[in-house]
Amino acid sequence: MSPSPSALVRIHNVSKTFKRGAEEIHVLSDLELTVMEGEFLALMGPSGSGKSTLLNLIGGLDRPTSGQIQIGPDRVEQLSDRQLAAWRARHIGFIFQFYNLLPAVSAERNIELPLLLTGLNKTARRQHVAAALEAVGLTHRARHFPRTLSGGEQQRVGIARAIVTDPTVLLCDEPTGDLDRKSGDEILSLLQTLNQEHGKTVIMVTHDPHASARASRTVHLDKGQLSDEPAP
Amino acid sequence: MKFIYLVWAGLKRKKLRTGLTLASILVAFMLFAFLGAIREAFLGGVSMAGLDRLIVRHKVSLIQTLPESYKARIQGIAGVSAVCDQTWFGGIYQDPKNFFANMPVEPEAFLAMFPEFILKDAEKQAWLATRTGAIVGRATAERFGWKIGDRIPLQSPIWGQPEGQSQWEFEIVGIFDGLKKGTDTSSFFFRYDYFEEARQVDKGQVGWFTVRIADPDQAAAVAAKIDAEFANSPYETKAEPEGAFAQGFAQQVGDIGSIVMAVVGAVFFTILLVAGNTMAQSVRERTGELGVLKALGFTHFMVLVLVLAESCCIAILGGLGGLGLAWLIIASGNPVPGLLPVFYLPPATLVQGALLAVALGVVAGLLPAWQAMRLKVADALRRGT
Repeated sequence: MSPSPSALVRIHNVSKTFKRGAEEIHVLSDLELTVMEGEFLALMGPSGSGKSTLLNLIGGLDRPTSGQIQIGPDRVEQLSDRQLAAWRARHIGFIFQFYNLLPAVSAERNIELPLLLTGLNKTARRQHVAAALEAVGLTHRARHFPRTLSGGEQQRVGIARAIVTDPTVLLCDEPTGDLDRKSGDEILSLLQTLNQEHGKTVIMVTHDPHASARASRTVHLDKGQLSDEPAP
Repeated sequence: MKFIYLVWAGLKRKKLRTGLTLASILVAFMLFAFLGAIREAFLGGVSMAGLDRLIVRHKVSLIQTLPESYKARIQGIAGVSAVCDQTWFGGIYQDPKNFFANMPVEPEAFLAMFPEFILKDAEKQAWLATRTGAIVGRATAERFGWKIGDRIPLQSPIWGQPEGQSQWEFEIVGIFDGLKKGTDTSSFFFRYDYFEEARQVDKGQVGWFTVRIADPDQAAAVAAKIDAEFANSPYETKAEPEGAFAQGFAQQVGDIGSIVMAVVGAVFFTILLVAGNTMAQSVRERTGELGVLKALGFTHFMVLVLVLAESCCIAILGGLGGLGLAWLIIASGNPVPGLLPVFYLPPATLVQGALLAVALGVVAGLLPAWQAMRLKVADALRRGT
């Protein structure tokens, strides 16, 4: 399985099964998906269709029951836990629906978290954090704690945290799901800018057609299967 | 070091809970330090005891007296290099609550026997020149505000009134210090010749002898020879090393060491549960946050270390705070000088306390840290939202 020059994510024959007691729940079945480098992909589907599970598999947060996941040259499902942690730190930027910021540290400290795992010194880390804050337009809120920020601002801190290490892929799990329309639009515009102007590959899970309209491609997931059209 | 703020952030997350846990640990370590000081007060005599000294007392009990003439016979036993006698006087200064030990001794023999009592040469000469002269330890002199030249009246329920006077009266001619920090400087010593002449009962009798032996390795053999010397006499003796004598004396109150260990053990077991519960609760509440750290690339081991560091931080802050507070309070003075002649916090107790704080942090944090380490990222993120 050798990726074409512009294919960044290749998912081949991937299945995921959860066990609940004696019962086996098949969430994903023999899934095939390719995401090109620089693409903005929206992944839609009803609740429980396996969107987040697929995102977790791509991000190395979970392992497939079977199949292959290749991101760039790396076969994700073959990495050990330790290798996977280092791989995530280097290649993946996560953006969560509920922002998932540490409440007891400031915005800039939240953004700095992924940089702690790099060899950068304090000065370099500060420079990276400042650049990320500027990119999301929150320089003036650097020292604020999450509880003092609005939902939209918190999500922008979440995006700054995701891009501060310049990852290969941005994985967004319902990034506008907890925001009002105006804040949601701002976040989507930001993601579009990152995709179009900075060439970031973005994979976004959403159930909102308004959000998916910003993506360059939309795929639909239903009952563990992908299609280009929504299920009837 | 760059991760320190994450540890600090964990502690700040629930300030009240962290504060209460810190306070519990602080109180436990204060108690630990106080009990260490009390234990030292009771058992310090054992560690301060001279290895080359024996105590010879009446076989039946310490309150039974021995003939003063035994001194010469003990001196003649092979292996004995010096002998001095002491007698419990039981003198009361103004009120029985003002307790301190007071005994008649032969000044030169006594000072030669106990080099741990430091007396200026001029004061020693004054003592030798003054029949009613007495020397007193620094702790008791400061306790009552005595100074050299003061005349101190004592009542003795044991020995009654001195011949021709209504009470025993002594002149302070010297104030001695201790060679080491734990040396007891609460006692009061006066001249045996004055005591012998003035007492009206039991003349020629003394309380016990302190014997210096030439070779500490021969302590048991020399003690056996002394006891054999006086076997089958009206005043049979019991000779034993000074350390054993001091330990037996302390055990009249109880097995202080075991009592202290039992109390400390119970307190620390409780604190272990308190700190462990705090950490477990903290980890449970932060499942989502720990999941985020792992999603960002923190390894399982790093998360384990972060939780353990947080636990150790609480224990060490509380522990050192408690030890420090106890040290300040203990250094400010002995609250019961009559009961505890020596009251200080031994450095060994401080070191043990610091090590105990680290151990408490590790043990209390181990299970929550293990649970945090084993969290699966996807599960943690799901449970945290």
